[in-house]
Amino acid sequence: MTDQGSFYQRDRGWHPPPFTPHYKTSVLRSPQRALLSLENTISEMTGPVFGHGVLGEYDNDLIRNWAKTGDPVGPRIIVYGRVLDENGHGVSGALLEFWQANAGGRYRHKKELYVAALDPNFGGCGRTITDDQGRYCLRTIKPGPYPWPNRVNDWRPAHIHFSIFGHAFAQRLITQMYFEGDPMIWQCPIVMGIPDRNAIETLVAALDRENSIHMDALAYKFDIVLRGRRSTLFENRTEGN
Amino acid sequence: MVQSLNRLKESPSQTAGPYIHIGATPNHSGIEIYGNGGDLGRTLVGPDAKGERIVIKGHVIDGGGAPLKDALVEIWQADSAGLHNSPQEKRGKADPAFAGWGRQPTDGVTGEYRFETIKPGRVPFVDGRLMAPHVTFWIVARGINVGLHTRMYFSDEAAANTECPVLARVEHRDRVATLIAARGEEGGRAVYIFDIHLQGEQETIFFDI
Repeated sequence: MTDQGSFYQRDRGWHPPPFTPHYKTSVLRSPQRALLSLENTISEMTGPVFGHGVLGEYDNDLIRNWAKTGDPVGPRIIVYGRVLDENGHGVSGALLEFWQANAGGRYRHKKELYVAALDPNFGGCGRTITDDQGRYCLRTIKPGPYPWPNRVNDWRPAHIHFSIFGHAFAQRLITQMYFEGDPMIWQCPIVMGIPDRNAIETLVAALDRENSIHMDALAYKFDIVLRGRRSTLFENRTEGN
Repeated sequence: MVQSLNRLKESPSQTAGPYIHIGATPNHSGIEIYGNGGDLGRTLVGPDAKGERIVIKGHVIDGGGAPLKDALVEIWQADSAGLHNSPQEKRGKADPAFAGWGRQPTDGVTGEYRFETIKPGRVPFVDGRLMAPHVTFWIVARGINVGLHTRMYFSDEAAANTECPVLARVEHRDRVATLIAARGEEGGRAVYIFDIHLQGEQETIFFDI
């Protein structure tokens, strides 16, 4: 594998378009002019690297990283998977940051309007770095669905936000993970901004009973794919795939 | 039937939502969860970093003229010699005292973002011509479905800006100004104001890179 080539063009039809009027906030926050297309330059093909030294012992354990008087309330889950590129190669050293509501659907944020209770033992954020195969895991409680100010009766399906740093600034991505079997996925204007049902399904984590922890936690598998690089066969260097 | 290329599709983007600051800048959100150093990307410049110290600040402004108070802004740039502090940088070793990557929230009251950084050197374009000094920006927020890439250029680099092969791509020349930050001064230090307009007459040029 080479890390030299430029990235595959982003498939903008696979992502949600900027203007998704059923998600009202997008109306005034969506650029209207065409994007300026640019070959990757060194400015985008490079990116910062985050060493495992930045991580604390409980950074990927949301059950422990804000616990004050005991464990947070809610269904205990493990989320695990790999960060891959579009060529199917694991992305090592990727920084994953995640944040979510508590089991009642409430975020620890001063602008939050939902009446559900805060959990004194749940902060709602964590981070990890993938291993040399691109693998990661985290432990948390399953977030609840919650109402939000869009249309009067819009509710978000249960979800975990993920921010991902690969090897280059061109790969930068933020997305959300949903849970297998949740009917509210298909009622959410943020999700349904993604035009292709197959694309949505790549954001739905699979319940994995085989990897559950006995009398402790269920497991969900969630793989994340970042942009892949072209091979450099006919560019300056002939390095293999 | 033909052989399969066996490629995967990039995971589709979803908005960072209203609570991106919980995930990306938890200390700033009052969730002081990470002991060592606090929020990532807060400091770019070490004491021994080479180059001119500058401040970059501004607002991210919606189509109604209101500043976003829930956005996250990330920057990535070369050091003063035009090298990136990245394993992908093959042209030489960048200044180890300069991180090159920064991350700041827009303020919850004023909507202002602010970076203390250094002025970058020039970096070559794909054909070897030099681009003008620039800082790469990435902006996410509630209501932004896919993170927005743009660049900030410097008003005091007029000659370099004129020959920059990226700026030369801009068909509607009046839009080039949306990428150029004006240099001012604040307490003896250079300050560049870079407002990012998501929509409207002054809509910033965003890149598909």
